[in-house]
Amino acid sequence: MLKASKSVARIQRQANISIRRGLATVADPPVRRYGGLKDQDRIFTNAYCRHDHGIKGALSRGDWHRTKDILLKGDSWIIQTIKDSGLRGRGGAGFPSGLKWSFMNKPDWQKDKRPRYLVVNADEGEPGTCKDREILRGDPHKLVEGCLVAGRAMNATAAYIYIRGEFFQEASHLQQAIDEAYKGGFIGKDACGSGYSFDVYLHRGAGAYICGEETALIESLEGKQGKPRLKPPFPADVGLFGCPTTVANVETVAVAPTICRRGGSWFASFGRERNQGTKLFCISGHVNNPCVVEEEMSIPLKDLIERHCGGVRGGWDNLLGIIPGGSSVPVLPIDKCSEVLMDYDSLKDAQSGLGTGAVIVMDKSTDIVSAIARFSSFYKHESCGQCTPCREGTTWMMNMMNRMVEGRAHRREIDMLLELTKQVEGRTICALGDAAAWPIQGLMRHFRPEVEARIDAFRASQGGVMFGGRMIHDADPTLAIPDNLGANLVEPGDRV
Amino acid sequence: MLRLVSRPSSTGRLGKVSTSARQADITLTVDGKEVTVPQGTYLLFAFCYHDRRNVDACSSMCLVEVERSPKPVASCAMPAMPGSKVFTNTPLVHEAREGVMEFLLANHPLDCPICDQGGECDLQDQSMRYGSDRTRFHEITGKRAVENKDLGPLVKTSMNRCIQCTRCVRFANEVAGVEELGTTGRGNDLQIGMYVEKTMDSELSGNIVDLCPVGALTSKPYAFHVQTMGAKKYRIHRCHGCRWFEYSRRLSRCPGDANPASNQRRNALCLRRLEIPALDDASIKQGDRFVAASWEEALQRIADGIASSGATGNEIQAIAGHFADTESLVALKDLINRLGSDNLALDQTNGSAPPPHGVDVRSNYLFNSTIPGVEEADAILLVGTNPRHEAAVLNSRIRKSWLHTSLEVGLIGERADTAYGYDYLGADSKALADFIAGKGAFAAKFKAAKRPLIIVGSALAEQPDGAAAYNALAKFVEKNKDSLITPQWNGFSVLHRIASRPAAYETGFVPSKKAASTQPKFVYLLNADEVDPKSIPANAFVVYQGHHGDLGASLADVCLPAAAYTEKAMTWVNTEGRSQVGRAAVPPPGASREDWKIIRALSEVLDSPLPYDDVLSLRDRMWDISPTLVRYDVAERTSPEVAVAGLQTIAANTASAKVSGKPFLKPISNFYQTDPISRASVTMAQCTRAFVKGEDYGISEKGSEAAYA
Repeated sequence: MLKASKSVARIQRQANISIRRGLATVADPPVRRYGGLKDQDRIFTNAYCRHDHGIKGALSRGDWHRTKDILLKGDSWIIQTIKDSGLRGRGGAGFPSGLKWSFMNKPDWQKDKRPRYLVVNADEGEPGTCKDREILRGDPHKLVEGCLVAGRAMNATAAYIYIRGEFFQEASHLQQAIDEAYKGGFIGKDACGSGYSFDVYLHRGAGAYICGEETALIESLEGKQGKPRLKPPFPADVGLFGCPTTVANVETVAVAPTICRRGGSWFASFGRERNQGTKLFCISGHVNNPCVVEEEMSIPLKDLIERHCGGVRGGWDNLLGIIPGGSSVPVLPIDKCSEVLMDYDSLKDAQSGLGTGAVIVMDKSTDIVSAIARFSSFYKHESCGQCTPCREGTTWMMNMMNRMVEGRAHRREIDMLLELTKQVEGRTICALGDAAAWPIQGLMRHFRPEVEARIDAFRASQGGVMFGGRMIHDADPTLAIPDNLGANLVEPGDRV
Repeated sequence: MLRLVSRPSSTGRLGKVSTSARQADITLTVDGKEVTVPQGTYLLFAFCYHDRRNVDACSSMCLVEVERSPKPVASCAMPAMPGSKVFTNTPLVHEAREGVMEFLLANHPLDCPICDQGGECDLQDQSMRYGSDRTRFHEITGKRAVENKDLGPLVKTSMNRCIQCTRCVRFANEVAGVEELGTTGRGNDLQIGMYVEKTMDSELSGNIVDLCPVGALTSKPYAFHVQTMGAKKYRIHRCHGCRWFEYSRRLSRCPGDANPASNQRRNALCLRRLEIPALDDASIKQGDRFVAASWEEALQRIADGIASSGATGNEIQAIAGHFADTESLVALKDLINRLGSDNLALDQTNGSAPPPHGVDVRSNYLFNSTIPGVEEADAILLVGTNPRHEAAVLNSRIRKSWLHTSLEVGLIGERADTAYGYDYLGADSKALADFIAGKGAFAAKFKAAKRPLIIVGSALAEQPDGAAAYNALAKFVEKNKDSLITPQWNGFSVLHRIASRPAAYETGFVPSKKAASTQPKFVYLLNADEVDPKSIPANAFVVYQGHHGDLGASLADVCLPAAAYTEKAMTWVNTEGRSQVGRAAVPPPGASREDWKIIRALSEVLDSPLPYDDVLSLRDRMWDISPTLVRYDVAERTSPEVAVAGLQTIAANTASAKVSGKPFLKPISNFYQTDPISRASVTMAQCTRAFVKGEDYGISEKGSEAAYA
């Protein structure tokens, strides 16, 4: 029986709660502190690749332990367990995984004779993110086993793992794990002796960020250009090769066997309501010890950085801002960083997002405008060009951001830039348009004075700038300058 | 603006799978009005949307607001949901579309005044409706610049104007079967092109000009000729053995189910009558040269010619060419018959002999399945035909069906690149005999098919083994009439490649057996330019009536200038037997006249005046011959009993035919030059150079643009 063992950590945590008494004898609800995941609760026990990543090491760490029993419990048991665990997709959108997997098992799904696929998204390309990479390198068997368990849950016939082309070592390790699993009879015909047949294929991508979008990934797997498809139809109806498909992130899939083994309630005991579980966080940037670490969800951002990364370079007060979830979420300034919890809801309330859990820390030495402009260039480069707003908007935004780095812009253009981001956001097939818009919105929300100061400084030293970046003194004085170039707008501080 | 479009989808070679089978109608609310549509209907269209193309939803110009949807949705890809409330005219929609339009225009050169699309440009229309009145795009980095591509002599490119809607790419890939046209690069560097430097070699390539919503792809022969905003709109259609002609400024939208959404622009592009040597004066041969003459002189010369040649009875021969309209066929037949002759030949190989299929039963020589019906077939046998060149649009229908369904195609005849896969059975009568005997995998598939279809090329009747092949086919079809000839389906179809041919058979413009063996002394060539000069006796008096001084004119003693089909409103019968009336776009030039009027005038001079003075009474005469000739736009079906009886007559008439074993050859070797008009066209000569001979057409040549600009 795979019942969750009551976590020792939890009992200790409750003992630490300080109880204050008020005038009435009603106790305040206990304040729970999150974080400090114990070693015995870690799922990815070889994330740092310190031990053998092969089958021997995996077996010693408990992978493939009674997987047959999990499979024999059937699809609805697995899905219910995942639902109970509160697992949400770890790829960034945070959709409840149990619910997503259940879409594959519609009533009468047996009558549909098409094959059914689980596609694992290992095209980890989000700047700042490197969590899946560690799983693929150190714990590939967790993923292969996860494919089998998740595949069983959605009655899939095969899993395709789409791995980012640049991940050579990771692909080697994963292929090795797949081969070993086939050899050991864990997957393939009669996987683990359960009578269920399941194949796992590895496909290496060619290095396009957009292929991490689920439908673009499907297109790419089919051998076409990686351009997102429209939804509906959703992949669960018409996905890979026209068959029912579910695309899931590596981490989501890889945690499934452990959840099934230790029980949904064990997993749900971590983190806040609706944000349960453990998660790999990748902290990079200006911290003393950048790392990838598995932690409890809802750990305060500050705790995460202080505890695991040796704090911000030069102390917490030297912090400028943190991008808490990879390049596509808005930046947070220091005051928000001190109070947010690292989970979906808290970061959403702070007008940012958990994304992939890629924490990018920037201290006061950072040129924040330049940093965000770099993101804009990234999105311009990675836009597939299918939808007009994204194709044209990302380029336009990049050009404006590049000008704002040196301040060669007009103050009014900040609002125009924000308007452009609004014109891109939500008008495209996939979320790349949104992802390109949000960092700029975050910048303007929290660091607008910085941008304005830069514009003013440039104006003071170089002279007036028209909309679009041309200098007023470069304009031919013999020709009339159209009004909509902003040449005649007087700014505060201008010498009139 | 709102259009509800139902789009059937099914499993097939394209890998697209239907989301749901067609079910009952659903009701939704659009802008407060209740609308009931079949399930599977999509909402609306904008740039990237086109009938019959896959959905792409890339332009985002079709955003609408749907209740309880947090963001605007792309309506061209949004299936109608029961009970949903759609708004097309809310501030959110306007704001969204204005935003998208701003992005579209950001990298558009805005060179409308010098753009050939100006005035008929979707981008202009949409920006008038949704766009802002001023620009915010002043970036010093400037606009995107894209190098122009050379797609051949028909399509002029100006890729700076491209808005990347990929209509052309989808058309080329899905309809035309040109998979080399695609997009390279990504994001703002996305470009449309052929991947490598080459021209777009497809008989349907001209269509992308019409498809392009902006001025990125325009007609090269037409470049800078007319400002579209001031141009008058002309339309002529005619299906000529299912080839669509159009001498109009535009456009490819045709009503009716027989009209495919895409036209073959080849002919539209070659009809530049003003630039080509056309006949616009009557002329009489004197010695080795032609001398211009008045109508009276010319007609009198013909009367004298008949007398001096001494032709009587069947020695008077008329040969009807490719561009003969139905009215002139009837008038000429009546005239020749009045002169006591039955010698009515057709301008084709073996045209002076009666055709093996006879002309007594319509279903023997018509495309009985009808053109849209091709898409219902689940197995098609092509005999002696390459539909890609003989009926390019029909071919695209076969391709569509082949892509989306499990259609099987077999081919007997010369191998051809058809743009879809087929089982090749062989080139001659033996292959046909094997098929009929049930040998081979395709024969089994054909037998098992629910709606089998045999498409017989019109050239089969001209082949040495044509009669024998007809005999075998007729017997086969009769034997398998349970599947091939039913009240709902007639799977024996003859595909005509020549505009006048079905009408000629319909009016009985074929020789009697006796007349066929008579040596003519007087030959009347009605638009006949394919005749073998050797078949015309040296001492015969020859009259040529036509609009181009092609081969026929060089043989003639008298040339009569007639109107081209763009210059007269005449009746044409397509390969389905559907009669249609053309429209005159321009008046006939010079002294040329409508064909039937010339024949009528000649009858007066020959003292046997025809009993009709206007086109209406001539059409009454056509009604007498066959009512279907004037029941316009209707394809009448033949009943199964009559069809079977017709097949029996084929079998009986061709019972004595012998098999020589010669292969069935393709009638068209150069798709771009098949008739006097296309042979006289500079553009078609360029196409021949580029596509048929494969010469390095202008790709890196300097000044090649200028030759057409």
